[in-house]
Amino acid sequence: MTEEVQRSGDVEEGVGTPGLIFNEPLLFDQGSKGRVGCTLPECDVPELKPERLLPKKLLRQDIPGFPELSEVEVVRHFTRLSQHNYGVDLGFYPLGSCTMKYNPKINEEVWRLPGFSRAHPYQPQSLIQGALELMYELEALLAEISGMDRVSLQPAAGAQGEILGMMLIRAYLESQGRPRKRVLVPDSSHGTNPASAAICGYQCVQIKSGPRGRIESQAVADAMDEDVAAIMITNPNTLGLFEDQIAEIAKIVHAKGGQVYCDGANLNAIIGISRPGDMGVDVLHFNMHKTFAVPHGGGGPGAGPVGLKAHLAPFMPIPVVEKKGKRFVLNEDLPSSVGKVRAFYGNFAALVRAYAYIRSLGPSGLRRVAEVAVLNANYIMSRLKDTYHLPYDKFCKHECVFSDARQAPHGIQTLDIAKRLMDYGFHPPTIYFPLIVRGAMMIEPTETETKETLDQFIAAMKRIAEEAERDPELLRSAPHKTKVSRLDEVKAARQPNLRWRGKGSRLP
Amino acid sequence: MQYIPNTEADCRAMLDAVGVRSSEELFADIPSKLRLKRGLNLAPPLSETGLQRHMRGLADKNADVDRYASFLGAGAYNHFIPAAVSHLVFRSEFYTAYTPYQPELSQGTLQAIYEYQTLICQLTGMEVANASMYDGSSALAEAILMAHRINGRREVVLPRSVHPEYRSVCRTYVSTLGLQLHEAPYTDQGATDLKTVRAAISNRTSAVVVQSPNFFGVLESLDELAEVAHRAGALLIVTVAEPVSFGIVRSPGESGADIVVGEGQPFGNHLNFGGPYLGFFASKDAYLRNMPGRLVGQTTDKVGRPGYVLTLATREQHIRREKATSNICTNEGLCALAATVHLSLLGRVGLRELALLNLRKTAYAKAAISALRGCELRFTGPTFNELVVRVKRGTPAQVNRALLAKRIIGGLELGRFYPELSDCLLICVTEQNSREEIDALSKTMGSGR
Amino acid sequence: MVPEGLYYTKAHEWVKVEGDRGQIGITDFAQSQLGDIVFAELPQVGRSLRQMEPFGVVESVKAVSDLYCPLTGDVLEVNSSLESHPEQINADPYGGGWIIAVKIADPNELKNLMTADEYRAFLAAEDH
Repeated sequence: MTEEVQRSGDVEEGVGTPGLIFNEPLLFDQGSKGRVGCTLPECDVPELKPERLLPKKLLRQDIPGFPELSEVEVVRHFTRLSQHNYGVDLGFYPLGSCTMKYNPKINEEVWRLPGFSRAHPYQPQSLIQGALELMYELEALLAEISGMDRVSLQPAAGAQGEILGMMLIRAYLESQGRPRKRVLVPDSSHGTNPASAAICGYQCVQIKSGPRGRIESQAVADAMDEDVAAIMITNPNTLGLFEDQIAEIAKIVHAKGGQVYCDGANLNAIIGISRPGDMGVDVLHFNMHKTFAVPHGGGGPGAGPVGLKAHLAPFMPIPVVEKKGKRFVLNEDLPSSVGKVRAFYGNFAALVRAYAYIRSLGPSGLRRVAEVAVLNANYIMSRLKDTYHLPYDKFCKHECVFSDARQAPHGIQTLDIAKRLMDYGFHPPTIYFPLIVRGAMMIEPTETETKETLDQFIAAMKRIAEEAERDPELLRSAPHKTKVSRLDEVKAARQPNLRWRGKGSRLP
Repeated sequence: MQYIPNTEADCRAMLDAVGVRSSEELFADIPSKLRLKRGLNLAPPLSETGLQRHMRGLADKNADVDRYASFLGAGAYNHFIPAAVSHLVFRSEFYTAYTPYQPELSQGTLQAIYEYQTLICQLTGMEVANASMYDGSSALAEAILMAHRINGRREVVLPRSVHPEYRSVCRTYVSTLGLQLHEAPYTDQGATDLKTVRAAISNRTSAVVVQSPNFFGVLESLDELAEVAHRAGALLIVTVAEPVSFGIVRSPGESGADIVVGEGQPFGNHLNFGGPYLGFFASKDAYLRNMPGRLVGQTTDKVGRPGYVLTLATREQHIRREKATSNICTNEGLCALAATVHLSLLGRVGLRELALLNLRKTAYAKAAISALRGCELRFTGPTFNELVVRVKRGTPAQVNRALLAKRIIGGLELGRFYPELSDCLLICVTEQNSREEIDALSKTMGSGR
Repeated sequence: MVPEGLYYTKAHEWVKVEGDRGQIGITDFAQSQLGDIVFAELPQVGRSLRQMEPFGVVESVKAVSDLYCPLTGDVLEVNSSLESHPEQINADPYGGGWIIAVKIADPNELKNLMTADEYRAFLAAEDH
């Protein structure tokens, strides 16, 4: 059946569409000369010729190859493209470490209120009191949730939060005498951790996870000396396990004058139950697009606020929002500040959504988020552990990590299982991460899925395990029901084609 | 609880399947001393209507550019956004998707990014563009780091006519890596002083940075700067905060730029009180492997149909970890999508018309303001849609107060960033400003009240 | 496949010695572990390399591997056809997929490398 659909699709190529999966040419291969897709305001000032407005050598005559489309063509183009996508609103999206939870619709309405979306960042402070109040309140909410003393809302993403966090640590250590040289990073960490440390001028030393899938305090004690600036810990870690020795680890690091950085990507699992600030953490970044339901947007934008303890507050990026009497003000006067990591104040529209999310759940709702997220993950883990190899048994937090070890003898790898899941209507889990589990499948259901959805996913995973034994080729050639089948990534990398170079374009 | 569908009964059944009595047991691995022994001290939950009311209340305490006439620019621009942009960007197939790691389920995002990369190459006159960065300022910082990776040199010329916040971000980003940033002054034209750049440049110079239109709205002489930079073996990095100018101004690529970065907010993205915005990043094919950020490439599937994938990922953090070209993960996808849709609607004809409209309105404002006795143009160079006005009677703050009394948000008071320009305002005029608004602006500026 | 007569490193490079010229590549095991190679970054001719100094990288779609020079010496030649056809490393790792040649500065360094037999044993030990 599937093969047939594909074949008829090939026949139709260029003529129409295979069923309702539309083929959609590039913008540049559509339209007609002279078409415009929008109207501009009237010109109510003298219509001077360009040559009278700018020196001739600065003028551009044309942009060859630029689109020429009507509004309806543009709308149809992007609507069709949207149908080539899979999103949380369509179905289960259990990408581990990414926290693909439902994005509440009210939050999408409130950030668009003109007072938020149509406010200029340089408006006089008297005209932005609502925005500043929201930022001030959000800082307080995040501080309480995390147990940190202050929060900078400036970083545009978790990765930028990591840069800022490591810069705060560096600035603090410099104020204590010297910045030090090395940063300890567990082998289960996100790739951003070592990359961020490197940008801040640190060498990375890898700490091996212990047999329980966690960092053992002894391993940190062995690596810790007075040249180590910090340890970067993700808690719960990328295996979905709570780093239960974190307090001892923090003590060891602090005793030698180092700092503890916490990657807060997995805060969703412990919100309302345990706070990084109470574990000895000095700096923490939040991912608003994970824990606080800001939509991922196909890869961005998110927001990555950074929580910090009081001793790091003098180094916060400027400006900070303060309250003077009843008024909110932007304070730029922080002489020891590390400066700025981006222009203006942060990804404000993302912060508005996160604020709305926290206010609609409240303390009981947020704790319930963690409880149900963890229950959902453990449910999947316990229902699938007889079918798939579970490298670290026992209970998990918000995500569980399986491997392909039981399917490998049939010549089936994690990638094949992931691709076959698409045929069952599910987005695959995160695969081949964390690196310490060979053929990892990292499943994070989040709290916003029903038990019925989880049961369907579990059934699909079990069916796929059967297929792996009975008909491995079915998996190796999957997916069968998507717009395109597996794509040639080797070709993409060997002969990079990164832009359209077609008709009429003067580009080389 | 509306976002958590499982009922107590559902949870009970799941707990039974897991083999525990309560969810408490699932948290048993968290040591007791690390447990929060109380509830979070936060306000109680709001209902949807309660939340709506609360958020409206906050939003209403802000002014917005629909209810006020605004002449603010300086890196964030108020342009018209067609309704089709919002409608398409709010399709949840786009905004509730993740980074397109699984290409078979993400062809929509991937094709749109490929189109975005093409549009950015066409606008900038460059050969390769990435799938976007956080904003113009961090894109510039990344460009400086990239130039250092390419030639290993450690000095950068960063003129004062570059957006002060961009410069501040660059300082923060390079501070730990020991790169030296050298300032260059501006001339009475409002352009970067070529003589100083010539004197500052040597075989230790990694890159010369220039913003055009620069922070004062003035268009820089890119050809000369390119020549000066290239003669010393340095790269020319051009940053553009107002890309609508691409519609009428010669592209940086044609002038010999090696890296072109900037702010894409003016295309389809709201002001959003400063973010999220869209950093664009383009360069030459030769430097492809030194680029930061995501890249989408075209390829084929098993039966030869065209399709798109994230590619050349070995530059990135998830593979190369501490040796990555950047730690960036974002593709700022939704902002890039808004820009792609807006640019598609404008197209070849519309973008040029839009740019010309900005130029004409600004010329009109310039003529009106320079005719005033109490004001003068501070710089003589050619501008796009911003101009620096020196206030001779009273102070810029007084002028702005007088404007505000007429529901006009005036220009940026430049003393905040340039002490020597504390008598100046940076005024931005776009297609959103009607002739009446411009007349009201100049009338109030002239009378001082 | 581990040809006789070559010398091997623990980082899976081989060197073929012909007089004072050493031709260098990666082993069949290394290429098979990486999978389809999509890019090779090569050094400049004339660059001086020390034994086990990194001199370039090979990349597959999802992995990067540093290349280490088995012997001290100046780079005499690089296989520039790899720039457009890196897949030669997969197809013919000991032949057309060679990567660089160096002028051997100190033949005594060969004793730090493995013979074919030793390398086979090394692979077997790593594999268990």
